[in-house]
Amino acid sequence: MAKNIIEAINLKRNFIVGSETVHALRGVSFSISAGEFVTIMGTSGSGKSTLLNLLGCLDTPSEGDYKLDGISIKQMNKDERAMLRNRKIGFVFQSYNLLPKTTAVENVELPLIYNNEVSARERKRKAIESLKAVGLADRLYHKSNQMSGGQQQRVAIARALVNEPVIILADEATGNLDTRTSFEILSLFQELNQKEGRTIIFVTHNPELASFSSRNIVLRDGLVLEDTVNNNIASAYEALQKLPKLDD
Amino acid sequence: MIKRYVNFSNLFKIALRALSNNKFRGFLTMLGIIIGVASVITMLAIGQGSKRSIQGSLSEMGSNMIFVEPGQGMMGGVRQDASSMQTLKQADYQALVDQSEYLSDITPIVSAAGQAIYGTNNTPTSMSGVNASYLNIRKYTIADGDMFTDQDIKAAAKVCVIGKTVVTNLFTNGEDPVGKVIRFKNIPMRVVGVLTEKGNNSMGQDQDDVVLAPYTTVMKRISAINYFNNISASARSEAVSDSAQDEMETILRKSHKLADDADNDFRIRSQKELLTMMTSTSDMMTVLLAAIAAISLLVGGIGIMNIMYVSVTERTREIGLRMSIGARGIDILLQFLIEAILISVTGGVIGVIFGVGVSLLVKFAAGWPIFIQVYTVFLAFAVCTATGIFFGWYPARKASNLDPIEALRYE
Repeated sequence: MAKNIIEAINLKRNFIVGSETVHALRGVSFSISAGEFVTIMGTSGSGKSTLLNLLGCLDTPSEGDYKLDGISIKQMNKDERAMLRNRKIGFVFQSYNLLPKTTAVENVELPLIYNNEVSARERKRKAIESLKAVGLADRLYHKSNQMSGGQQQRVAIARALVNEPVIILADEATGNLDTRTSFEILSLFQELNQKEGRTIIFVTHNPELASFSSRNIVLRDGLVLEDTVNNNIASAYEALQKLPKLDD
Repeated sequence: MIKRYVNFSNLFKIALRALSNNKFRGFLTMLGIIIGVASVITMLAIGQGSKRSIQGSLSEMGSNMIFVEPGQGMMGGVRQDASSMQTLKQADYQALVDQSEYLSDITPIVSAAGQAIYGTNNTPTSMSGVNASYLNIRKYTIADGDMFTDQDIKAAAKVCVIGKTVVTNLFTNGEDPVGKVIRFKNIPMRVVGVLTEKGNNSMGQDQDDVVLAPYTTVMKRISAINYFNNISASARSEAVSDSAQDEMETILRKSHKLADDADNDFRIRSQKELLTMMTSTSDMMTVLLAAIAAISLLVGGIGIMNIMYVSVTERTREIGLRMSIGARGIDILLQFLIEAILISVTGGVIGVIFGVGVSLLVKFAAGWPIFIQVYTVFLAFAVCTATGIFFGWYPARKASNLDPIEALRYE
């Protein structure tokens, strides 16, 4: 049995809105081990954003505990969680969130800037390596606003990889992309998962994506509705090949 | 978990990057600081320059000079003007000469105004009856001939020493004045010496338009009076100037036999006092100008605060991203603080250069005396940094307190 990367133990999260208490998560438990590619699904209001924030150590649970790579975050303060995010987590967002007017390399270097153990030279070497891994070896010094959406998302993925995280958290990472580019990005995620053994959590509301992951967790009303292992993983690369050729 | 320290060089690079992405905006923000600093530097340079020029010309007159004038008093129940008082007498002078420890030179001064005549030339001038110490006290030197002697004073000899202006006006065909006899108020007087030229003093008075004669001569032969207009003296050094003044007061009170509770019937004034009096005006102007300049610096600072607020709001998502990938509150705070300081200090540097330039322009174009003190430059830098920290703090604080979840979702 592979090592448990994520352990969610009866996670609850309440928000106080005005005089009412909203129960966004009502007790969610699961664990994810190294090498899994998990999709987390749910309609809006199901609590998946809240869960993502907790998994990403951006938030703390109201009740229950969450262990990332064996470390409990329950007692951590803001700065300790920031450091944990810096070392253990790679984020990929729907809207890329690249720094404007900044080159790909500089964007990818960003997480390492907040890590004093990495020297400037090492930082650059790792950033370039990371960009090569996502297939952007020829776009190292392009600025973010000179790249297409797909390329920008690749830079964002390279940024998520650069600190060698134990987990990659993708939040609707294909949400802003067209079908073809979505499949390209998805196949990149699959490649990272299958070839390099990266653990990936992919949060989405698009049910089609479940067939490409190794496990699918469905949330509804703050509870886990389904937690199924997919033994018949579809290849995003093949799906890409089947798409009708574009008329250029 | 290892404690992570702040990496300033990285934060500095980030701030520099952010500024270079918005060069024009950064420059406009700096403009406030530039104008503020430049005006502070220029105003202080002008203020200091005029103060120095006043100080300079006053010390030409003799910086340790102390003089005693007759004070206001009553004569037959009528309050008299100070200049008509006749309280300074030979006995006072003698008492000062005999008893004083702190004074190096003392001279009575008896003034008389009148027409000096030589041959067919004449000129209005003023005669000062003094002794030889007067030269030391007022920093005069003899260019030609000699000063009159103590013997001349004892004898009330009809001799005089004249200034350059008088020479020019009376001896028009270039004769040597020494040994010639001029007439002053119809008294013939032999010229024994000529003073070295001294030029105008700070009040624009011609210091060379003088005739010096033994004070006894002026008292007995010209004005027929038995009192002095004032007594001038020099303290041994500037350090004992105050003690000398006190000492003079004690001696004169004793000499005038004043009761303990009586007011002084004379007034002692020192060059130092005069200096303070004259420079206080220019000091006040300096303070006033600097205050106006400081206000413009304040306005510049508010400009920085304003633009930093806009910048924080505009870059909310960036802040959210930085936080999500591991930036702590302090990292964000310092990033924006450094940015604000960079704007203000860069503005300060340009402002200093600009201010020095304008000061020099004023000096050469308008001919005003200018003095740039090094400390004002450092002060300007310090104030700029402080402005950056002060006005950058709240926006930076706001940025560092953002919730990463909210910030990432900010549209």
